[in-house]
Amino acid sequence: MEERIVRRSRVAGSLMAITLLVVACSSGGSSASPAASTPASAPAASASGGESPAASGGALGGSVSVIGTWTGAEQESFMAMVKPWEDQTGAKVEYTGTRDINNILTTGIQSGLLPDLAGLPGPGQMAEYVQAGALKPLNDVIDMTAYTADTAPGLVTLGTVNDQLYGIFIKADIKGLFWYNTGVYKDGAPATYDELLAKGKTTADGIGGEAKTFCVGLESGAASGWPGSDWVEQFVLNGSGPDVYDKWVAGQQKWTSPEIKAAFEAFGNVIANTFGGGKNANATNFVASGDKLFSTPPGCVFVNHGTFITDAFKKTGGATDGQFDFYPFPTMNPAFAGAVEGSGDLFGMFNDTPQAKSLVAYLATPEAQAIWVGRGGALSANKKVTSYPNEILKKAAEALVNAKTFRFDGGDNMPQAMQDAFFKAIVDYAQDPSKLDSILTNLDSVQASSYTP
Amino acid sequence: MDTRLVVAIVIVVGLPALLIGYILLIEAVLRLLPGRWQNRLRPWLWIAPALSFLGFFLVYPTINTVVLSLQDKFSKTFVGLANYQYFFSNPDTLVSLRNNVIWIVLLTALAVGVGLLIAVLVDRVRYEPAAKSVIFLPLAISFVGAGIIWRFVYDYAPAGEPQTGLLNAAVTAAGFPPQTWLQDSPTNTIALIIVAVWIWTGFCMVILSAALKGISPELMEAARVDGANEVQVFRRITFPLLLPAVAVVATTMVITALKAFDIVYVMTSGNFQTNVVANQMYKELFTNGQPGRASAIAVVLLVLIVPVMFINIRRFRQQEAIR
Repeated sequence: MEERIVRRSRVAGSLMAITLLVVACSSGGSSASPAASTPASAPAASASGGESPAASGGALGGSVSVIGTWTGAEQESFMAMVKPWEDQTGAKVEYTGTRDINNILTTGIQSGLLPDLAGLPGPGQMAEYVQAGALKPLNDVIDMTAYTADTAPGLVTLGTVNDQLYGIFIKADIKGLFWYNTGVYKDGAPATYDELLAKGKTTADGIGGEAKTFCVGLESGAASGWPGSDWVEQFVLNGSGPDVYDKWVAGQQKWTSPEIKAAFEAFGNVIANTFGGGKNANATNFVASGDKLFSTPPGCVFVNHGTFITDAFKKTGGATDGQFDFYPFPTMNPAFAGAVEGSGDLFGMFNDTPQAKSLVAYLATPEAQAIWVGRGGALSANKKVTSYPNEILKKAAEALVNAKTFRFDGGDNMPQAMQDAFFKAIVDYAQDPSKLDSILTNLDSVQASSYTP
Repeated sequence: MDTRLVVAIVIVVGLPALLIGYILLIEAVLRLLPGRWQNRLRPWLWIAPALSFLGFFLVYPTINTVVLSLQDKFSKTFVGLANYQYFFSNPDTLVSLRNNVIWIVLLTALAVGVGLLIAVLVDRVRYEPAAKSVIFLPLAISFVGAGIIWRFVYDYAPAGEPQTGLLNAAVTAAGFPPQTWLQDSPTNTIALIIVAVWIWTGFCMVILSAALKGISPELMEAARVDGANEVQVFRRITFPLLLPAVAVVATTMVITALKAFDIVYVMTSGNFQTNVVANQMYKELFTNGQPGRASAIAVVLLVLIVPVMFINIRRFRQQEAIR
């Protein structure tokens, strides 16, 4: 009990600090908060919470039920994000955090018991909810011109079904960044993937000894192999394009097809140019994969990971801020330049109560998204959000915002059995590249059995 | 909060009350019957509660598992023996089955053999308790903990790098290249079994040592007086008398080997051809969502364990008969 009080007061304290910050920010900003305009025009009669709304002008009252996957620190960040809206409208956000969101929404659609707003598991599920008639379009709810102008086009497309917007991105993250030690690699940004390979090799040869172009760490307990699955996904997306990628994730593209095989072979080339080879990649935990960037002499030139790896650089690699930087995934096939793999939190509306409409409109604004971003641990897909705590995150956000095509982690959207076999295939392939054909054939048979309903 | 308290009280007080009430009731009913029927029915009525518990918690799940193993992944339609066919035709599961055979043979032989050797040897020294404590200690470590400890022992770094793994540090110090102990099949399975031996040797030793203390010294003394040397005493006197204890320990080890999961899951998670049947079962159920296949594996495991249990029970019966 005591603990809870302490935690609450801490949360309250941070909320207050954030609120002050936001108030300070928005008073300096030029645009008036859209949250104020939307609810004022909306009739505030049918409050979902059952309470009669406050009568004062602009105030909505009532409540909005929200279900999301965020718990712990992320939940605190979300609550901090909605706090200014709550203060302004007098409405309450009743938030429930759960990891089992897919089940809850699927059964909710059958029973009709749905939250007003919810985080959606992914674009595929979103489309299913739309087809079931459960999700409400957001075109007339949010400021569409501002949203499409400021948000990465790839992310707008992902939230759209039949020309109607159903999902907005509250936050996002980006994968496939090539990290390097600023004291080791000085050859400038590679324009193409081949150039990255060539320049990396030149630098590695310059270091001499055992140094290679890449460092790879595949070990991750029962999920060993996932870092390699990210490599392969990026090769599929950047080499063969989003259409092949989508078909492959949906189980309609064979693993033995030339496109997927080429992606595996490109990963095989990475392993061949990896410090210590495939055996060392299998023996190295992904957290420690970047350690050799910072050793003397360095063991490798590039490490491919998302922004999360910078924590590991500092903790296990002994690097300091400013010692590392990244290049976004360079072009492999000019036809698919600017394709980015990442993750994002889609948000949709199931009940179009005035409170829900108002909150969704607020959450789509850069002012709201800046709150979470400022607390760290998230990127915004919105160009206007610039409150990043450091330069690296700011640059990563730029890469995200400029994405022409955006795709979710493919493995995460495959059936679990498929994903598990994918990870295992990466480990087997890194250990013995000569087995590629039998590995892919085996993946085909898993594909045949795991997608069928 | 309140309802939970009520439930707890009902269970703690109500359940014994219910059982006592049941006994009083059946005794009252039995008294109404003729004497012959009383004696016939009484034992059955008395063990009925225990039998029903056993039936509900053991027999029913077993039957249900067998039924599930004949159904598809939604546990709705019957698919015949398809799940068993998958189990015995998939190369991955066949590797698991092969590894379990290696586990059974090596774990049982090494844990019982080394345990017996230590039990017999430390029986003759003054510092016996200290020596036994050291050997017994690993049993107190959780399997997951042991797996993590031994992952450090088997750790690998490329040649020329500082070797943080104990084993590779020794190997490189002796002038050989470092080895990826956990990746090279089939020796990696043996590397995993050594971890299990490290844990279970203490258990075998303690049981065998206790049995050893139960052998009367006169027997051995008589043999020595008759001119038998120590090896002969062990082979002709000690070992035959220890045999029942060895059988119990060996059975335990065979079942442990069949159930091996934690060490494999933690150290290689079944990669590099080290998978075992229990890990495969876990994966089919929780990762792949295939309760049918997982149940089929469980049934195969059960069938494999049954003969071991059968032999054990027969041995117990024989011993009872001797007494």
